[in-house]
Amino acid sequence: MLRALRKDPRWVNWFYGFTPPERGTIRLGHRRVYIVPSRVGWMFGGTIAILLLGSINYALALGFALTFLLAGLGLAGMVHTARNLALLAVNSTRVEPVFAGEDAQFRLLLDNPSRFDRPSILARHVASGAQVVVDVGADSAAEVVLAIPAARRGRLALGRVMLETRFPLDLFRAWSYVEPDAHCVVYPRPLFSALPAAGTHAGGGKSRAFNAGSDDFAGLRTYHASDSPRHIAWKTVARTGNLLTKQFSEDAAAELWLEWEHANPALDLEQRLSLLAGWVLAAEQGGARYGLRIPGTEIEPDRGEAQRAACLQALALYEAR
Amino acid sequence: MSTPHPLAPEARALNGRDLAGLVLALAIVGMPHALRAPWWLALLTLALYGWRGIVLARRQPLPAGWLLLCIALVAMFGVWTEYRTVFARIPGIVLLLLFSGLKLMETRTHRDAAAVVFLCCFLLITNFLYSQGILEAVMMCVALAVITVTIVGFSAPQRPLRSNARSAAMLLAHGAPAALLLFLLFPRVQGPMWGLPQDAQQAITGLNDTMTPGAVADLAQSDALAFRADFVGPIPPPRQRYWRGPVLSEFDGRTWRAGPAQIAEHPRRLDGGTTIRYSVLLEAHHRPWLFALESPALRPPHANFSTDGHLLSMSPVRTRLRYDMTSVAEARADPEEDALTLRRALRLPGGYNPKAKELAQEWRRASSSDAEILTRAVDFFRRSGLTYTLEPPTLGQDSVDEFLFSTRAGFCEHFSSAFVFLMRAAGLPARVVTGYLGGDPNPIDGILTVRQSDAHAWAEVYLPGRGWLRADPTAAAIPSRLDSGLARSVPGSGALPLLMRPQLEWLRGMRYNWEALVHQWNIWVLGYNPERQREFMSWFGMHGADWRNLTATLLGAMCVFAAALLAWSLRHGAQPDAVQAAWLRFCRKLDARGVARAPYEGPRDFAQRATLGAPTSGSAIRRISDLYIALRYGKDRAAADVAELKRLVREFRPI
Repeated sequence: MLRALRKDPRWVNWFYGFTPPERGTIRLGHRRVYIVPSRVGWMFGGTIAILLLGSINYALALGFALTFLLAGLGLAGMVHTARNLALLAVNSTRVEPVFAGEDAQFRLLLDNPSRFDRPSILARHVASGAQVVVDVGADSAAEVVLAIPAARRGRLALGRVMLETRFPLDLFRAWSYVEPDAHCVVYPRPLFSALPAAGTHAGGGKSRAFNAGSDDFAGLRTYHASDSPRHIAWKTVARTGNLLTKQFSEDAAAELWLEWEHANPALDLEQRLSLLAGWVLAAEQGGARYGLRIPGTEIEPDRGEAQRAACLQALALYEAR
Repeated sequence: MSTPHPLAPEARALNGRDLAGLVLALAIVGMPHALRAPWWLALLTLALYGWRGIVLARRQPLPAGWLLLCIALVAMFGVWTEYRTVFARIPGIVLLLLFSGLKLMETRTHRDAAAVVFLCCFLLITNFLYSQGILEAVMMCVALAVITVTIVGFSAPQRPLRSNARSAAMLLAHGAPAALLLFLLFPRVQGPMWGLPQDAQQAITGLNDTMTPGAVADLAQSDALAFRADFVGPIPPPRQRYWRGPVLSEFDGRTWRAGPAQIAEHPRRLDGGTTIRYSVLLEAHHRPWLFALESPALRPPHANFSTDGHLLSMSPVRTRLRYDMTSVAEARADPEEDALTLRRALRLPGGYNPKAKELAQEWRRASSSDAEILTRAVDFFRRSGLTYTLEPPTLGQDSVDEFLFSTRAGFCEHFSSAFVFLMRAAGLPARVVTGYLGGDPNPIDGILTVRQSDAHAWAEVYLPGRGWLRADPTAAAIPSRLDSGLARSVPGSGALPLLMRPQLEWLRGMRYNWEALVHQWNIWVLGYNPERQREFMSWFGMHGADWRNLTATLLGAMCVFAAALLAWSLRHGAQPDAVQAAWLRFCRKLDARGVARAPYEGPRDFAQRATLGAPTSGSAIRRISDLYIALRYGKDRAAADVAELKRLVREFRPI
């Protein structure tokens, strides 16, 4: 019965005082900050109890003073620990897409509106255990980067994050749960293989004639002294140290369609998507104009970062009907 | 979820600053113990502290457990040879000091450090078993401050010490009112709840219920405080300051003993005299009697009169006790006395002091009445030329004879003992009264301090029809003892306590000031007992408060305080920024005109759009938004600019 209650999201949401996911700025009201004594706190309580018994038995006035000062300190510690977390504002910022198997870098901005600093705040991703401790200065914000493994393609929601602190006395543990509306698009894990042959293009059917020109990138060749510096592949130079020159084909119409049917039908859905993702990367690398055609989605040929992102996102969010 | 919790104390290693804080705290709380402990143990503990510091500085591994165990066993053996036990209180405290050093040697993480902090607390409280003065309280406050700063450092290792000290100060400031409430309102019970350990009662200087020659003289060399008295009116003259203690009526030839005490609920009848009202703050002396000026007329709570005229507490005075008293000075005594008491007051052991007996018989024969015998006896002492000394010669079997006729030097117990012996031998019921005579009035607060050096013994003689009369043979022989106290009565102050010496006037002046402070401390802090607590509550109109009222009041007060603290923490956090508040007000005003700011819209974009929506107010919108941007995102924030922004927003009327 209780276990069933505990799993019922309505009950859980009521208990934690919010309904996930939360859009915009999340302000940690006092209602959302929980506090219990830590293990050291219980030991502290035991110490106070022993000191109190000793003070009563030996009628030690200063023993009472010590006992009660410690008790007062504990009380103040409790309020200060809750204060260290309460009224903190949590914002999530844009998350860069990653490939499946990499870590999604979720960024949370902890904004401290108060005039006091809030040291030692732990942000812990509940599902993965990824955790970071930050100090948030007075009237400023601190960024927390939670690296969460993205195992599968699709849209990865951040999920529940626990914010916890034990500052200043270690005697109490205050925590709060937030579930910001943050997502990471996870591209399929790319499978690298040869690009499909140009001849089998269903849409274009045009030959890939490479006339050296300056329109479309066609490949790289070793540098000659007469080559224009504008055509040097500087990125490659930086990577390999070899001077290479980009070759461009004049045929603007040389387009590559990456199609669902080209991927080996013997493979399962995820592997076909991975194959397509690998082609997208290869095509982008090769500098060709490429388009993507998968069931339900068709992306016109283009090239560049935006095209690459659009294609990979389509693959990432593809759902079989 | 198996990743270690970075905030858990067992996961955080001790750093140099933490260790320095711990060692400093231990040094403060351990110092008074170290001064009492055997020297080798104090040095060993200090060496352990130092070793831990070296280990940390050189990043060496901590010593193995077996090594520490060996040190512990050897030290425990040392303590055993010193005290012949390790389970009593003093060796236990000494071992606690040692364990603080050993624990430090195995402290790796903040979890162990927390244990060291708790050890500090126990070292602090065990020190109060020895002394609870103002200095100890100051030491406790300093130690608590160091401990708090250190603990704050545990959970914020990167934070500068200054910030941690500020946090600690705020914590202590917030904890102090709660501590005060608890101190005043926590229901006090009169301890002990269970038996005190055997060694709780150490050798306490004070009057005894027996008196042998030389006993009071030993006591009179002690500077220790017996009690303090705070008089409602002026302090009575020295000759009225007879503080009555145990009455000794059994004599075995050498030692005087108190007879079986009979308890009376009412004082003996007193006629005439002057009433003196005062309160006494009696130091713990682990004996049941309470001291009062002759003759006590009031019974403090939990005390009874004894039929021989002194006050008996129902339980031994184990803690400093304060009681209000009323006495009647120079009253006419009650002539009634029961025959048994009088018979006991005449009893003398046979075979002792033949010369003194002879003298007494001679007085008996030459006198016509008991009163005349008494007069002769007092006269005898006045003319005797006996010497008053703190170092009386030792006496043999016939102590009274030797004192009166051969050594001729003694302290008050010799005088009173001889006098009572003579009276009994002459057929007059007589007894020895012990107590204190005099006291030192403090000119600062007008409180009379009575020390052990004021201990005195005098005599009481019963005359038919007149009752018990005080006769002080010491005062008869050495009149200056009565008016000037011990210091001027004893020739050559070699044996006198330091502060009783008349030359050190300036030292006495300082001492008076300090003692006035200590007296208030004793009454209000150390003497805050169930009675005092009830008295305190009655100031607030709660009369006869019992533990239920007190608990309810305490809980109520603590709730109010906790709520206030919580409200403070909320207020402090939610303090809206004046600039932000003005901007939000500006946005609300535009919203009312149908120009709502989108959540993603920055101030500049919004202002541009708002200018399009309300073109006639364009200049005002631009001024407000520019000022807001400058104040919110600029480096400096002038108070005048904030005021200007507030004014502009207040006067802003979008059309």
